[in-house]
Amino acid sequence: MTDSSAPLLSLRGINKSFGPVHVLRDVDLDVRAGRVTALVGDNGAGKSTLIKGIAGIYPFDSGQVSFEGKPVSIGGPKQANDLGIEVVYQDLALCDNLDVVHNMFLGREVKSGVTLDETAMEKRAAETLAGLSVRTLKSLRQQVSSLSGGQRQTVAIARAVLWNSKLVILDEPTAALGVAQTEQVLNLVRRLADNGLGVILISHNMNDVQAVADDVACLYLGRMAAQVEKASVSSQQVVELITTGRSGDIGLQPETAMGGAA
Amino acid sequence: MSAQTTDVDIAAAGDTGGIGQSVRDYWARVRGGDIGSLPAVLGLIALIILFGALEGSTFLSIFNFANLINQSAAIIVLAMGLVFVLLLGEIDLSAGFAAGTCAAILAVALNNWGLAWPVALLAALLTGVVIGLVIGMLVARLGIPSFVVTLAMFLALQGAMLLIIGEGGTIPIRSEAILVVMNGNMSVVAGWVLAVIIVAGFALSTLLAIRRRRKAGLPAEAMSVWAIKVIALGVLIFVATYLLNQERQLPSAKVTIQGVPWVVVVILVLLVGLTFILQRTGFGRHVYAVGGNREAARRAGINVKGLMITCFVFCSTLAAIAGVLLASRDNSVSPTTGGAQTLLFAVGAAVIGGTSLFGGRGKIRDAVIGGLVIAVIANGLPLITQQSGIQFIVTGLVLLIAASVDAISRRRTAATGS
Repeated sequence: MTDSSAPLLSLRGINKSFGPVHVLRDVDLDVRAGRVTALVGDNGAGKSTLIKGIAGIYPFDSGQVSFEGKPVSIGGPKQANDLGIEVVYQDLALCDNLDVVHNMFLGREVKSGVTLDETAMEKRAAETLAGLSVRTLKSLRQQVSSLSGGQRQTVAIARAVLWNSKLVILDEPTAALGVAQTEQVLNLVRRLADNGLGVILISHNMNDVQAVADDVACLYLGRMAAQVEKASVSSQQVVELITTGRSGDIGLQPETAMGGAA
Repeated sequence: MSAQTTDVDIAAAGDTGGIGQSVRDYWARVRGGDIGSLPAVLGLIALIILFGALEGSTFLSIFNFANLINQSAAIIVLAMGLVFVLLLGEIDLSAGFAAGTCAAILAVALNNWGLAWPVALLAALLTGVVIGLVIGMLVARLGIPSFVVTLAMFLALQGAMLLIIGEGGTIPIRSEAILVVMNGNMSVVAGWVLAVIIVAGFALSTLLAIRRRRKAGLPAEAMSVWAIKVIALGVLIFVATYLLNQERQLPSAKVTIQGVPWVVVVILVLLVGLTFILQRTGFGRHVYAVGGNREAARRAGINVKGLMITCFVFCSTLAAIAGVLLASRDNSVSPTTGGAQTLLFAVGAAVIGGTSLFGGRGKIRDAVIGGLVIAVIANGLPLITQQSGIQFIVTGLVLLIAASVDAISRRRTAATGS
């Protein structure tokens, strides 16, 4: 499913400041459908700022955003959702006091007249989970507070794909999980891309990146150090990109002395 | 079913098991911290047994049973309103005096302005809406903690009430329509008809829900469990109706007093209507979401501020209805209407009934169950001891116990995840 001609999401020259702090500087990023793009970078590199901008939480100061080839401006979370962009935040943004179905449809409940159509929602939730081969939930009517970390992550991801979404952004989905649950969630991430979705995976974990990513985009101090195919770089090189912003001839070059031979 | 229930495929799961399974599931939920109204129901039974054993002839008399409903009605309605703000994790300390202020408007509109009772009633309700809007705006838009806003309103409304009524004054209520709510009873036949409608309505609506789920191929409640619930409700409603339909007057008296008090209809309509809003509509779902995780609700595109304002409006408007009930019960409105312990009793009722002070958990029926507990204590204690000091302390302790149960069950819920 490598479509090198038209990226699903394309960012060009993105800038964002919070007061005097210039968080993102001329960032470019391409995300293609059917591929997992790992977004890596050290703490404070600007990963969260970048995805929050894409998600419409706050606007970029300048720069161009194109989605499916068309220039768009994302003014709010609703607009991002309408385009088909869904974000699974690190804190998952689930309501503990609601059950699985309620959480999956939160803010976008299916109604018949004024009442909620619980049966339709439960059916669709079950279908979505079955489509993702999720078999770890006992009941769709159990409260999220009774779920394990991996199950919660699963619910959050299932919620993101429920809406025929085209781009799913995952913020450190495996950060709090054990080995078996990490495996489960990574399989799920892979399945999303195999189903034809564009996936942005934010991760600190090189094993995760190696396991599921097709492309690697590395932010370094608010600049896009490099966006490369994972197959073309080693784990070691990715770590160098994260820590120093460059590795050999890829990455940010020192502005004064342009080193590196072809 | 084997022991490995954790890996059951959802699509393959059929109906939930029979009675035994339902009881086990319920117990598992209780152990997991989702205790709901269980402590309040047990407490209510324990209190009735206790007072019945100590002062049986007075406490268990039929007259006292009707009296209990009258005593608890205003507290129940006030508590229903508080459920809305408690679900958000907020509080409204001014609801008691909001009730008083709205009652004062009602009385002034009837007596001084000479308005017809429907107009006066509307004026009282509108006053409640305005009070709720003001509180909601200050809390949601300005971001002042609701505790402070409503504490200020507690004082301000008390003052407003004094100005409306005139210091030291008492305004009598003479409108038959208003008075009948707390002082009139339905006919014996109407009471039975109402009882049948309630039980049949419950049976039918739950049966339809089960059939809808079956049709959609989703796991549904077993028929045996449904039957037991319907029978239990039926017994409860019919026994209550039978008791209320007995003659409450002394044999020597000339007029008869019997039948279900009209206020029961008011409470039932509110119970069904508000439960519908909270459980079956998108708005209700969002109230729970905001109470459970405000940030998640905001990210899901829910208008959190608008929703908070709406909840405060619900609370103050229900307080207005409670005010009308108080005015009807006392046949008058005075500066103490809605004052004293009214508000604390109402907060106590909601919390005792099982509504969490931390937000996100609670139901409208909690207000009814909790309100009855409060009324039983307020009604039964004076039969045992005349010392009001002890009565205050006991009521305070009950509220503390309810809050402790709430806090402990919340910790249990947090501990069961992962």
